[in-house]
Amino acid sequence: MKYTLRVWRQDGPTVPGRLVEYTVDDISADMSFLEMLDVLNERLLLQGEDPVAFDHDCREGICGACGVMIDGVAHGPEKATTTCQLHMRHFDPRKPIVVEPWRAAPFPVVRDLVVDRSALDRVIESGGYISVQAGAAPDAHAVPVPKPAADTAFEAAACIGCGACVAACPNGSSMLFTAAKVTHLGVLPQGQPERRSRALDMVRAQDDLGFGGCTQTGECTAVCPKGIPLDTIARLNHDVLSAVARSS
Amino acid sequence: MAVTGAVLFSYVVVHMAGNLKFFGGPDSINGYGVFLREFLTPVLGYGGLVWVVRVVLLLAVVLHGTAAVQLARRARKARPVGYAKRPRVQGGYAARTMRWGGVILALFVVYHLLDLTAGVLNPHGVDGDIHANVVADFQHWYVVLAYTLAVVALGFHLRHGLWSAVRSLGGTVRNAQTVALVLAVVVTVGFLAVPFSVFFGFVR
Repeated sequence: MKYTLRVWRQDGPTVPGRLVEYTVDDISADMSFLEMLDVLNERLLLQGEDPVAFDHDCREGICGACGVMIDGVAHGPEKATTTCQLHMRHFDPRKPIVVEPWRAAPFPVVRDLVVDRSALDRVIESGGYISVQAGAAPDAHAVPVPKPAADTAFEAAACIGCGACVAACPNGSSMLFTAAKVTHLGVLPQGQPERRSRALDMVRAQDDLGFGGCTQTGECTAVCPKGIPLDTIARLNHDVLSAVARSS
Repeated sequence: MAVTGAVLFSYVVVHMAGNLKFFGGPDSINGYGVFLREFLTPVLGYGGLVWVVRVVLLLAVVLHGTAAVQLARRARKARPVGYAKRPRVQGGYAARTMRWGGVILALFVVYHLLDLTAGVLNPHGVDGDIHANVVADFQHWYVVLAYTLAVVALGFHLRHGLWSAVRSLGGTVRNAQTVALVLAVVVTVGFLAVPFSVFFGFVR
């Protein structure tokens, strides 16, 4: 199959970018979106042009490295699917595909489709941890975890930090990411000591980094490749409000 | 946003319920107007309660608007470069129209106050003669249209706002989306009952 792409090309963070049209041939329906870009890049290299830069690592949907805006939807049209797990059979060869990087002020474009997502690491540093006695591994079951708490924590812990929620949010908010981290740590007994300060610190960090405010539009959950539920945001707000109430 | 929204929503519900006294005839609704002004007179003086409510509402509207402007400005700063292709967002119509819907509501409130509170824009416009003022208003299709548009905008605003406010305050309600939808529809229908029953001649 033959596809027409309109890909965002930008040589560096400070250089203006633009959409460039390419046609890629010999694409099989079973190729992933990234494999399709690989085919394009091989051709560009043979032609002596710069390949399209994009982030990727595991290519099995669990690392969170990949992620581009495909026709205006983060990670493309398939629900709960990362870009690397998205197959070309979902695309109509007659329609051009627009490929853009995540757009958010805290995610500056490094090159082409690659953005710097280390702002999310700053959010984690501000509170996404638990304090434990370092040393020998604790005994299994030393701290009993109720099954519902384990399930909720696991659901939130599935967040791979890809940044699709920020990219999709009309407000450029990282609320779903932060909420996933706050939920995953905050519902477990191990996460209780810092539960409220964690929520408050992480929300302050994301605000300071220039992410927008949450208005619960639900765009984030819709594109999240791990299907993090919007309820996690309510839990985050709950912890933030109780932190504010306690400190005042 | 959620707290001021809750204040405004409680007022809207009381207002809607109070409006239904219109169907009890001129004495009922006009008497209700007097009752509101006489209520707590020993403490607040005649009409005192009404003014207390007005001040609280004005404060809530100003704070609600300020928060909305702050959110919109932060959103703009958070995405200085937009997407070349951005299809219809996946969230609902109600969520997308919160900001402009809010502007429409604010403009409507100004008109509504000039119409039925101050009476300046009312065809009848007699202070305290609520029933006649309302009946005079809704003889005109364009007044009915203006009120309908505003009330429907309010319905959409509540549809997203109620649900969103609960989450902002940290609550998770089972079937929150449905509950918000039902409340929004009840308020919308309740408010529209008066203009439509006048316009179609059920109440004269």
